[in-house]
Amino acid sequence: MKHTLSVLLRNRPGALSRVTGLFSGRCFNIESLCVAETYDPQISCLTLVTKGEAAIIEQITKQLHKLIDVIKVTDVSEGEFVEREMALIRVKAEANTRAEVLRIIDIFRGKVVDVSPNSYALEITGSESKIKAVIDILRPIGIKEIVRTGKIAMVRAPKK
Amino acid sequence: MSKMKGAQAVIKCLQEEGVELIFGYPGGAVIDLYDELCRSSIRHILVRHEQGAVHAADGFARSTGKVGVALLTSGPGATNGVTAIATAYCDSIPLVVLTGQVPRALIGNDAFQEVDIVGITRPCTKHNYLVYDPEELIPTLREAFYLAASGRPGPVLVDLPKDIINAMVTYPPKSSIKMQTYQPNVNPHPNQVEKACRACVKAKRPVLFVGGGVILSGANEELTHLARRLNIPVAMTLMGLGGFPGSDPLSLGMLGMHGGYAANMAVAKSDLLIAVGARFSDRVTGRLDAFAPQAKIIHIDIDPSSISKNVVVDIPIVADCKLALRAMNDWLDKSEEFDSRETAEQHSPWVEQVKEWESNHPLTYVENGEIIKPQYVIETLNRLTGGDCIITTEVGQNQMWTAQFYKFNHPRRLLTSGGLGTMGYGLPAAIGAQMAFPGVTVIDVAGDGSIQMNIQELATAKECGAQVKIAILNNNYLGMVRQWQELFYNRHYASTVMEITPDFVALAHAYGAVGLRAKTKSEVEPVIKEALATKNVVIMDFAIAREEGVFPMVPAGKATTEMLLV
Repeated sequence: MKHTLSVLLRNRPGALSRVTGLFSGRCFNIESLCVAETYDPQISCLTLVTKGEAAIIEQITKQLHKLIDVIKVTDVSEGEFVEREMALIRVKAEANTRAEVLRIIDIFRGKVVDVSPNSYALEITGSESKIKAVIDILRPIGIKEIVRTGKIAMVRAPKK
Repeated sequence: MSKMKGAQAVIKCLQEEGVELIFGYPGGAVIDLYDELCRSSIRHILVRHEQGAVHAADGFARSTGKVGVALLTSGPGATNGVTAIATAYCDSIPLVVLTGQVPRALIGNDAFQEVDIVGITRPCTKHNYLVYDPEELIPTLREAFYLAASGRPGPVLVDLPKDIINAMVTYPPKSSIKMQTYQPNVNPHPNQVEKACRACVKAKRPVLFVGGGVILSGANEELTHLARRLNIPVAMTLMGLGGFPGSDPLSLGMLGMHGGYAANMAVAKSDLLIAVGARFSDRVTGRLDAFAPQAKIIHIDIDPSSISKNVVVDIPIVADCKLALRAMNDWLDKSEEFDSRETAEQHSPWVEQVKEWESNHPLTYVENGEIIKPQYVIETLNRLTGGDCIITTEVGQNQMWTAQFYKFNHPRRLLTSGGLGTMGYGLPAAIGAQMAFPGVTVIDVAGDGSIQMNIQELATAKECGAQVKIAILNNNYLGMVRQWQELFYNRHYASTVMEITPDFVALAHAYGAVGLRAKTKSEVEPVIKEALATKNVVIMDFAIAREEGVFPMVPAGKATTEMLLV
């Protein structure tokens, strides 16, 4: 089963490689990984999607905690959470498909960020399933390139 | 705040941390450190290979419980230390390893003797640092000592660029270390302690399963008290030997692949396994699904990641072993509900059963006239030293025979590479222990293969006056692999025959040490007696039965009850 882990770590040289080294050294799986500074420049937030049985996820969490640079590990997929991913997609846009591409991207509330005589670069943000849906729909038109950020996630605040 | 040269600050900081001994090897990147070090009160032991420096610091740490310190130069100096750092990491031994690094301006330029040692040692250190800011030099070193010794101990490496060592740095006053990201939990949860105690009282067939954590936390007295008051037999891992007196009637000795019959049977038939500072290594459990199948499992360990890693645990206690066992003893002291004597009585049929297994299948070997059996050598060492010296081992058959036939009654008396299984560990570790305890006999039990992995340290031993004794169980084979080939590879001895082995007696003489040889059983005792009485480094070369095996043996992947016996 897929799990989304949110890892706060000290923003220090080598901290990220401690995390990735842990995964490769112990044969844990990384599906995607996304890391950037938080509101505190001393601290980075790393969102990591991994796959495994409960016992593996427990080991991953414990091993991450053991790293001196790691401050906190949260398995956000254990509860309610918001997830987002961004993709930049370059799609063929010939005379006969240009309008169609624009309609599709409008439906998905995306944007055109680069234009050339025979292609559009599209920006699309949403859940993993939404990104997949856009890609599936655009594929027959002709996708030339995809760049994705990987997932970021945040636990939903309690509503009461 | 006062400013001083980086090198001077490092030495001052080491002194402040109580360091009296450093093992190392100089080089261009650390020449300034050496310049300061050799003017200070700290004694430096010059080894002959950097692996030896880190193993010696490890032997010092294991025998004393203090942090061992090694100093290596950049590049090859640092990489030569890696095996020994990994050795310490696998056995949770507190070390601070200082490595030199090229000046900051050259890092990343493929400079002479530059290597990314922080990158290389990331997976085999508890933590490591490259000091990049002169002002961070002293805080980093202090943090390194704190990390190495606290929580689950381990080696910490600090990489020191040459220009930082030469820079003027601030020497801040010592203050207590608080790390936001590192707060090991040492105190046991009272509810878990109560659950564990109730399980012990309720159990019909309990076994204590003791690992190196008991020795690291100094919990041997608390453990011994608990075992005796509740009458619970004690099985130990290789790392746990000495955590409970080996000659106590409740001791089952070592369990696992080369464990005793009674130890493995007791664990297999137990209804409660109380694991203390052990990590359920594959060498202990054998086939996992057949390991202690009927037992409820209590696991005391300071490292949460050890819990339920290999075996699912019923009652976890994340804490320092000493504090957890003390809490269990306190709970039992205060309990009005239970009387320890009654519990002990209730466990006695089980203890009798275990004793019966032990007397039916004791650790044994077959005598063969005047041919020297290695087990006899270890037994004789045990008898002549009164079981009271520091023993280091190499890795392989020599290590297993020592674990089986030497009765360790005190902690920190067996220094052996358990987790990593590093051949070449024993001699430098013996030097480290001998420097810590000049008055205690230190013996390295070796094989003819493994002693050659760090034999150059004989010169170190001579130079620093560490009068270690080396007992080579010489069979002209890489014996443990040969044993596997005999049993599982149809006696195909692929590359395990040592056709050329040096004349160890002559080699001892070449180093200015004493060499003694025993070719027959009746020569064994006089040789050991002479070695123990000799005030010099001594090599004892025992020509042992060439194809002797280590038994019992659980073949890899089998259940621990499927033992091959003598």
